Parts: sequence; C-alpha cells; structure tokens
Amino acid sequence: MKKAFEIVDHTADVGIIAYGTNIEELFCNAALALFSLITEPGSIQEKSHLNLRVSSDERDSLLVEWLNELIYFFDAKHILFNRFDIESLTHNQLKATCYGEGFDPMKHKIKMGVKAATYHMLKLDKNSDGYKAQIILDI
Amino acid sequence: MARWQGQLIKIDDYRWKIPENYKTGMRVPGLIYASKEMLESICEEQALEQVANVAFLPGIVGYSFAMPDIHWGYGFPIGGVAAMDINDGVVSPGGVGYDINCGVRLLRTTLSEAEVRPRINELINELFLNVPSGLGSEGKIKVSQKEMNRLMVEGARWAVKRGLGSEEDLDVTEEGGCLGGADPGKISDKAAKRGIPQAGTLGSGNHFLEIQVVKEIFDSHIASIMGITEIGQILVLIHTGSRGFGHQVCTDHLRVMEQAVSKYGIKLPDRQLACAPIESPEGQDYLGAMACAANYAWANRQCIAHWVRESFSKVFGKSPEKLGMKQVYDVAHNIAKMEEHTIDGRKVKVCVHRKGATRAFPAGHKDTPRRYKEVGQPVLVPGDMGRCSFVAVGTEKAMKESFGSTCHGAGRVLSRGAAKRSIRGADVIRELESRGIIVKTESVSALAEEASQAYKDVTEVIGVVHQAGISRKIAMAIPMGVIKG
Repeated sequence: MKKAFEIVDHTADVGIIAYGTNIEELFCNAALALFSLITEPGSIQEKSHLNLRVSSDERDSLLVEWLNELIYFFDAKHILFNRFDIESLTHNQLKATCYGEGFDPMKHKIKMGVKAATYHMLKLDKNSDGYKAQIILDI
Repeated sequence: MARWQGQLIKIDDYRWKIPENYKTGMRVPGLIYASKEMLESICEEQALEQVANVAFLPGIVGYSFAMPDIHWGYGFPIGGVAAMDINDGVVSPGGVGYDINCGVRLLRTTLSEAEVRPRINELINELFLNVPSGLGSEGKIKVSQKEMNRLMVEGARWAVKRGLGSEEDLDVTEEGGCLGGADPGKISDKAAKRGIPQAGTLGSGNHFLEIQVVKEIFDSHIASIMGITEIGQILVLIHTGSRGFGHQVCTDHLRVMEQAVSKYGIKLPDRQLACAPIESPEGQDYLGAMACAANYAWANRQCIAHWVRESFSKVFGKSPEKLGMKQVYDVAHNIAKMEEHTIDGRKVKVCVHRKGATRAFPAGHKDTPRRYKEVGQPVLVPGDMGRCSFVAVGTEKAMKESFGSTCHGAGRVLSRGAAKRSIRGADVIRELESRGIIVKTESVSALAEEASQAYKDVTEVIGVVHQAGISRKIAMAIPMGVIKG
C-alpha cells in the first residue's frame, strides 16, 4: 500500500508530506499527519463528530486553512480527531465531518503542540500517481 | 537541505554583506552580523536567502539585517530585522512571527547560590505547581470576554491592577508593558477563544522558566544599576509569549495579507512574506491586532513573574521584597514597532520588524527607562538550558546601524527531528543533573528538542554583537533549575 504521509524536518519546526490518489484522500491524509504529530492516533476514539466548512481562494491555501481549522479545535477546544470524511471539495471550499474525542490527559499523550499551518514552502502537486502536498507547521 | 551558495562580501570580522544586485528585486543589501566560524553553519541552510528575500519588501530602508543567532524561519529568517518607511512601506506579519511578543523577563533576587542550592528541588516543584505550563495548560486566572478586551488594551498593567506585580515592574518593561493602538475589534472570535483559557500560562516548545546563578560580571557599574552585584547571586528568567492567541492573530491576518498582496500589486519572492502597506486598512488592522497580542504576552509574563515571587516567598518564608525580587527588565523579541530613526542625517518614522531580535536602545534615548537612562536599555539574551544566558545593554552604535536592534538568543542548529533522533530526553535530564542543573517538564521526550546540542553557543552570539558594538555584555549567568513547558 502507498504511504499516506511522511514527517519531514525543518529547523525550528516540522513539516508533513501527504499523499492521496485523489484530492479528498490528500486532505484526509494531511489531517491524519497533523494528529499523528500531536498524539498517538491509535489512542483517539470516535466518540463525537464535528461538521466543518472551510473556504479559501485557492486549493493550496484551502489545505492550509483546513489544517488551521483543525489546529484551532485542538488548541481552543482540546478536541483530537482521527477520521475525516470529506463530503465535498472544490478548489476553494471544503465540507467535512471529523470524528474524534476530547483530550483526556489520562489517555492521550501529547507529543507536540502544533500551533499553526504555514504557507512557507507550501507545495501541492498532481502527478500520474495522484496528489502530493508539503506543509510546514509551526510548533 | 542545500547549502546556501549566495554572494557574501566581508565588511569586517563581524559584518558581511549580501549585495543588492544578488537578486533582481532587492531594494537594499543584506547585512549579517556573524563571525567567519558562525557563517559556516549559517550557510548550511537557506536563512540567508530569506535575508535577501526580505530586501524585496516595499519601503525597506537601510539593510535587511540578520543577527548572529539567525536561523531558517518562514518568510523572514528568525534573527531578522527590517525597517520600513511608514510613508511607502509595508507591514508583514511574517516579520513578527506567530508567537507575537514572545520575549523574556528577568528578575533578580538578593539570595545566593549557597542559600538556594539546598532547596532547589523544593523551589522547582513549587514553581511547577504555581506556574501553569505544558500543552493544554489553562490559566489560574479566570478571564471573561470583557476582561479579555481590557487585557488586550492594557497589557501588563491589567495584571498589575489586579495585584499581580507593581508599578515599578511596568517602569522596567519595554513600552511599559503596553503597546498603543491595540484594537480588540480586529481580533477574531477564534483568537479570543484560544487566548482566554491560556492567559497566565507558560506554554510549551522552547518556553521556559529558569533559576540562574550569576557567574561573571563584565561591567560592575552597569550591573549594579540592574541590581546584579555579586557572583553567585540568584536570578530568574521567564521566557514565554502570546500562546495560541498570537498564533491565531498571525494566522487570521496572514490570510488577509495574502489577498492584500495582489490587491496592492506587491511582488514577493516568498508567499509567507505576505504584507500590506502600513497605512492601508489591512496594514492598520494587523497592527491593531498585533498590539492586542503583544499586550497579552506582557500580561502573561507579568502574571507569571508574580507567581514566581509567591513561590520563592513560600519556600524561603520571606516576602518577595525581603528577598529583593525586583524586575531587571522585560523585552519583546517578536514585534513590529513604530519608531523614529536617523537615516543619512534625516529623521524618519519607520516600522521596525524584529523577528527573533531584541530592541537595544542606548543611554539617553527617550524610550530607555528612567532607571537605565545613563547606561542603556537592558538586553536579555537567553542561551540553551545547558549553557548560559547574558545580560547586555543597547548602544549608540545599534541606534546608528541596526535600527536599535541586536540578537535575541542562541538560535537553533539542529532541527527538532534531528535532535530527537540523536538525543534522548531522559539522557538530557541525567546529564544536566550531573552538572547541578535540575529540570522539570511535562514532556520528557520533547526535552531532547531543547538540548544544548540543538543550539548555537550563545557565548559566540553575544561575542559577535559585543565586538560589532551593537550591544555591550554586562553579566553572564548559568542555569540551576529549569522548568520547560
């Protein structure tokens, strides 16, 4: 099976490279990569869900906005997600249902505090295998 | 990461220039403060390309500066300084960074190493209990939305009004702990929601609280004005910023700036340099929001300083006054400020972006606090937790050359990932303990990322700014106890 994502180094921060056979899968994998940096994804149970709508001007900035939306829910509401169901995705709008649960210090080990997704070295490419995106995260 | 192969011209042993013609579009040259040895490691990544990219920004005057602690950031390098003419220049959130007004505050005590060493574990435990730290940590102070609006406008004074500190603290805080022009109307609901629960918390990442021992005094007169008089004296250094609040403000406004770039027809070599004219609605909105975040950070350090005093008081059974716990100074190292500078004999109003850089105003400057009027504004330069930190002062040379700016710390050499792969958190604790440094943290694994090996030696950094004359080193202290968020 093709890998879903990888984690890459950046001096003071960290980057993710996400893959997807289609654009929806790419967005899901980028979100999974984000939460794999924050905690052990296996420790998150699907106890609740949240409907999210995100919009932006272009598809690559939509990816940044999507991750920033998830970071907001983690930082302000302490919600951890491990499954993402993308219902619609155009070049500038996304509608998704995200599944997960509230942070529980007894259950979830926080590995890293991701604070923002950036535009720095942002890349979103399509090739014969599908989509590939690179996003650097501020931690 | 490819090595930077660009063009550098040596000016002297501590100054290097990237000529204006290095890249078409640069409006000014780049100026890097570094020794030849430090340049070797600086060129291992693309930070100097970022120095050249910053030189593209409209209205930039003088140089695009890099301090010796420079490392690779987003858009702007960390350790970068850029001044833009307010008439035709831009303001760029990337030139401030995500953690708006991340900064340091230094307290001195009249306690000695001999008095503190036997009780260091007890003291660190008390501080760990009293100062909320780590991820997801929430403040001990409950802030309503209405209170949050006041906090954003009043900064450190908000905390002082609630009994957390004194008027005297404000006198020795950059801007008196309150940046003017704060406009809570420019703060998104999301930013407020991230900020409210995190007010009065140390946070995580590279933020820390450190008990230090003075090891060297280079200028006893200036040090004594700071209240630093003895080798072996105990100091406390607090390093934190505006938490998730500042990050959300930056994220929100970068989005607006992305659109402003095309609206105003600004040509940029890197998207993360997104900016808007200072006088435009987008520019003014950002500055109003940035001031809110800067004030939040000053309130944050004010609260934490108070709890540090309480913790010392509890452990030593004496009031903070009896323990001589006075504030030396508090500086911002991620901020944009409107300042007046002299360029070619002409007084010009500029917006100085300092990202991972410290203001270093000289003796006699109107914004240098009264207590330091004759010696220059204190500059606080923390190193990593295994080495040392410095106290310096601003100079006339900094005012003339670098828009009154100097370095802010050690600067990373190893990425977080590389540090984690080569160093174990538990080994870091053991190694530091063997040298008499106690570390307490929420996350032992994350400690590896902050190990000494991950940073440049701050002694070299301070050596460069001292030799170049953009600040003067006054004292050096080493850690004895560290709380890592």
